[in-house]
Amino acid sequence: MRKIILFFLLNIFLIGNSNALIEIDITRGNLDPLPIAVSPLHVDVKSQNYEGVKIKELGENISKIIEDNFKATGLFNPLKKEAFVQKPDIAHLKPRFEDWRLIKAQALVTGKLLVKDGKLKVEFRLWDLAAAKEMTALAFTTTPSNWRRVAHIISDKIYERLTGEEGYFDTRIIYVSESGPKNQRVKKLAIMDQDGANTKYLTLGNELVLTPRFNPTNQMVTYMSYFRNMPRVYLLDIETGTQEVVGNFPGMTFAPRFSPDGKKIVMSFAKDGNSDIYTMDLDSRVVERITDHSSIDTSPSFSPDGKFIAFNSDRSGLQQIYVMRSDGSGVKRITFGNGIYGTPVWSPRGDLIAFTKMRKGRFYIGVMRVDGSGERLLTENYYQEAPSWSPNGRVLVFYRETKAGTKGEGFTAKLWSIDITGYNERRLKTETDASDPSWSSLLSK
Amino acid sequence: MMFNKNLKNILLVIFATLILSACSTAKKSGDIDGDVYTGKETVKYLASGVPDRVFFATNKSSLTTAARETLRKQATYLRKNKSLNVTIEGHADERGTREYNLALGERRANAARDYLMTYGISGNRIAVISYGKEKPVNPASTPLAWSQNRRSVTVKVN
Repeated sequence: MRKIILFFLLNIFLIGNSNALIEIDITRGNLDPLPIAVSPLHVDVKSQNYEGVKIKELGENISKIIEDNFKATGLFNPLKKEAFVQKPDIAHLKPRFEDWRLIKAQALVTGKLLVKDGKLKVEFRLWDLAAAKEMTALAFTTTPSNWRRVAHIISDKIYERLTGEEGYFDTRIIYVSESGPKNQRVKKLAIMDQDGANTKYLTLGNELVLTPRFNPTNQMVTYMSYFRNMPRVYLLDIETGTQEVVGNFPGMTFAPRFSPDGKKIVMSFAKDGNSDIYTMDLDSRVVERITDHSSIDTSPSFSPDGKFIAFNSDRSGLQQIYVMRSDGSGVKRITFGNGIYGTPVWSPRGDLIAFTKMRKGRFYIGVMRVDGSGERLLTENYYQEAPSWSPNGRVLVFYRETKAGTKGEGFTAKLWSIDITGYNERRLKTETDASDPSWSSLLSK
Repeated sequence: MMFNKNLKNILLVIFATLILSACSTAKKSGDIDGDVYTGKETVKYLASGVPDRVFFATNKSSLTTAARETLRKQATYLRKNKSLNVTIEGHADERGTREYNLALGERRANAARDYLMTYGISGNRIAVISYGKEKPVNPASTPLAWSQNRRSVTVKVN
């Protein structure tokens, strides 16, 4: 497989910084999105051609990606460019603040770029229009083919400056691409940028693949494959394409996830009708059995400090969510509400667990505190499950299936995201039907 | 006396109504008892009179009377064909989370395997595989389709 992570040279210079005057209250969802003007980046006339990159349009294209990223958060309202009052190069030097305020903008992004000697040099500034001040500025150099990532990194820096939280734009989502009729589905591993660009297929569809999950510390992936009709957990290096079976289990292994330090995989192993939770250390290959119960124990997820594992079990009858110490001791049931609970996933911030709830034929994605209190159902639908957190713990991505007709017609599977406030539910663009999404950590961290 | 007789009649009527309504519900939902499929629409045969599959209730892996009867026929057939090996495929309906359904399919396949073993079939001859909700036999989103998809299917491997 071709190397899909390009070496990314990133020289960041902090040009200047000043105190934040505008701030976004992100606890309120999208009720009052911040009006922001994203000026096209000025393309330096000395720029040279670079194969595969439309240099003249690069400034426009980068600003478009930044706008789309901001719009997708529900927290920002990018203003229409027709109303802009200054040319990009002049605004970048020093905006006429009072003129930008007239179009109701509260923040302004300006920038310029130069392509020379096979390198892309980018500089951007974020301006607080009310205070008439520069808030942050950055310059960096990379290869021109990385221009989309430049746009995502700029988006992250601005998001961070305005919300006080880490961004999540320079990230990717791995998922299962689906095609074909419902009873003969072809499934492939696929990966794309979080905004739906750069889709690549990592398997050919010859065998069933399920539940890919990113290593939170690098770009390794664990997933389940029916290769040679042996359903097993695999480890895949998406840079080199090498893969291997995880452990040597005499039966089905499934539901894999990495530990927060990326050094272990936690998963279920099914034998003789009983599924229990195991871990395997990726360096030493030591396998440990974590649960030993005659019920189905599956969908394990580590807490970000590595000390606990949440999982679902039907030991009380129907599926409920339990939390235990990562050695398997101190098992405690945390869900007692009406309904069936599954797929607990610990937030990267550590304060919440996302889950799927089934009740009266409807499916919900929700969040609760790690002791099970404070349950909030974010979205209800005919079928949806498998939430995965954005690396900053602010957004959940999950998949949703539609009801099929008598011949399976009308069946679709799509990726959706929702803010943990319950606002801003959106469908993610994918080339094909899609399920089992997993969000990567920040690529440039 | 009179009162008692009346009461008896009323009870009889109630009883009859209950039976009739039970019949009509079963009929209406078409070959489903409780929520276990009892029909033959999707069933294939390992040999004449030996159905290849058994059906389960929602979230359950316990074998119904009908399932045990089918498996006894399979056991008899396997005893007669000593060189034959099988794989039991366990399946779930689409109304659960993917990972739980994988485990549930495995538990169903093993319930069928265990039963065959109690009738003298060696475990070495019976492999199991779970497909969870991944391979529905009926792609519709209806209670009937779900009942047909909650199944374990015995497949010849040689």
